[in-house]
Amino acid sequence: MGERRIAVDALARVEGEGALRVTVRDHRVTDIQLHIYEPPRFFEAFLRGRHYQEAPDLTARICGICPVAYQMSAAHALEKAMGVTPPPGVRELRRLFYCGEWISSHVLHIFLLHLPDFLGHESALSMAADPRLRPWVERALRMKQIGNRLVALIGGREIHPVNACVGGFYRAPRRADLAAMEPDLAWGLETAVEAVRFAAGLEYPDFEADYEFVSLRHPDEYPLNEGRLVSSAGLDAPVEDFERHVIEEQVAHANALHARRVETGRSYLVGPTSRVNLNFDRLSPAAQSVAREIGLGLPIRNPFRSLLARGLETVHAFEEALALVRAYEPPAPPRAPLPDPPRAGSGAHATEAPRGLLYHRYQVDDRGLVASARIVPPTSQNLKRIEDDLWQFVPGVLDLPHEEATWRCEQLVRCYDPCISCATHFLRLSVART
Amino acid sequence: MATVRRRKPTLAVFKFASCDGCQLALLDCEEELLAVAGEVEIAYFLEASRRTAPGPYDVALVEGSVTTSEEVERLKEIRQQARLLVAIGACATAGGIQALRNWADVAEFTRVVYARPEHIHALERSVPLSEVVPVDFELRGCPISKRQLVDLVSSLVIGRKPQVPTHSVCGECKRQGTVCVMVAHGIPCLGPATQAGCGAICPAYHRGCYGCFGPMELPNVTSLGTQFLVLGLSPEEVARAFRTVNGYARAFRAASMQFGREAATGGAGEAGRG
Repeated sequence: MGERRIAVDALARVEGEGALRVTVRDHRVTDIQLHIYEPPRFFEAFLRGRHYQEAPDLTARICGICPVAYQMSAAHALEKAMGVTPPPGVRELRRLFYCGEWISSHVLHIFLLHLPDFLGHESALSMAADPRLRPWVERALRMKQIGNRLVALIGGREIHPVNACVGGFYRAPRRADLAAMEPDLAWGLETAVEAVRFAAGLEYPDFEADYEFVSLRHPDEYPLNEGRLVSSAGLDAPVEDFERHVIEEQVAHANALHARRVETGRSYLVGPTSRVNLNFDRLSPAAQSVAREIGLGLPIRNPFRSLLARGLETVHAFEEALALVRAYEPPAPPRAPLPDPPRAGSGAHATEAPRGLLYHRYQVDDRGLVASARIVPPTSQNLKRIEDDLWQFVPGVLDLPHEEATWRCEQLVRCYDPCISCATHFLRLSVART
Repeated sequence: MATVRRRKPTLAVFKFASCDGCQLALLDCEEELLAVAGEVEIAYFLEASRRTAPGPYDVALVEGSVTTSEEVERLKEIRQQARLLVAIGACATAGGIQALRNWADVAEFTRVVYARPEHIHALERSVPLSEVVPVDFELRGCPISKRQLVDLVSSLVIGRKPQVPTHSVCGECKRQGTVCVMVAHGIPCLGPATQAGCGAICPAYHRGCYGCFGPMELPNVTSLGTQFLVLGLSPEEVARAFRTVNGYARAFRAASMQFGREAATGGAGEAGRG
């Protein structure tokens, strides 16, 4: 037999630009490449020489889907560098801000990017043309809008919000404005629980892989902004030690770096599945309860079932947001004063972006200018893991008609909710068969 | 309106170097999305659908800046397929935040981020679409305004000219009754030189505008920069203030270079931060 190629030149329903190329020779997969042709944008380089207070605004521009994550990782890392502790109440407001982004990002992925694959649709728009599915599309858009409104209320706007800064927030939202969101958040919580029940009834491809799950873990909260770096293989370290446990390597076929674990030399998984597997006991009551009701088995080792993990986290985010809104008192002052004159220092931090761990490290000089910056986004940590999954997954789909095999491979990639703009700081499928 | 053609206009969305935020703004039009999808045929929008229809397209919305030679060729092909080409967002209209490299050595930048720079093919500069092909319309912003996007798409569907204000952010603050942060609190604010469209968010959140919508028509950047010096910024800091997401837009570029030269020749030196 000759060579056969499965190729997806431009992956759809993922953030950013990537391609997939699989080469099969005599029924054996000989090469798999996730091409990242999204052009590099050199953030770490042009951050040098900028004032550290600009970092939350500038790094947000890495990703239009998860700008809050960039702002949170940057602000925390730089607060460590400056020796600044935000005033009481900022911590809770930041969690609420992050819940808004988790809701809008997760609902976008579950319903607009991921679900069409399970239902044989090309997009959520084609789902909306089906009268049985249209109510779900409408509910999804409303849930997403609620998440976006929360981000906009706290941050000024949903994409690239303007209110977060090193030290806290420029202005605390008014109590009445947040309180007005209570009915929508309560509706969102109920609808997200229904969505998990709906998703539990989907047909999931039979596929499991052996992952090292990596996420943050906090003594008494589901991880968002704080926690230790932990893994299913026993890693337990402060987030500042991230670079001791992970190395990033450049590969020729991608404008994104690939990450591996130092101790094992192997790929690992970050994101909703890892967080749920490692922090199930910290999920909100409604999320734990619906997980038990649908018989979610832990750990989740089937990447397609990441949709359920995302759903549970959406439930959690609505429930926590509701509690935070009810308890909200505007922090006063909304931000801590920064050292004047600035002090030289360095700081590293990781928070949980919707797609997984997002690490930032900065070195700041005595004029307050960034001397060096390092940013490790979740998608670049998952890239090698996606390729590893494909090595295991592709042999099982080779007997399918070419078009279907290609679609299955695309689906697997989409399970990861890859964010290519982030990773280049991702994807097209080409299966080459001989 | 019976004379309006019956065929649904086709809409295509393309991405170049960018964060995805501006095309996400279309998906963020939660209340209008299904209505828009009813009025236009979304022929190419990879972030939303795996079904793609070949051109030509009535309207192409293009996000992102041009940063590689492959992108130059791809944009030229899109131009040939598009009856109307609309640049959306600061990357497409001004080169975006990644245009900060236009003042730097790209080879050196590549070495900072990538261990094996030989695999990275990037042009020296990140440029707006209009430097490569004729552009029919521009929507400013980092990100664009959803309201302006919906207005643009509906205008193009019914065949009227989209309406985008070209006055400064100051007008928006006045209309909203936001107290001027520069006059009242001495906070440097790019609002007087920046085109309206965002809704003057930053001053409403007690901070200065940082120019997401780029220069307004005929901005007096020299006067504004000089006022920043009066407020205590150093020439270097003034240069940096103009050099952000729209730093490569003509008027902001000129201002950052003007104050940058002043910094280099020793101007006022490093003043205390305002």
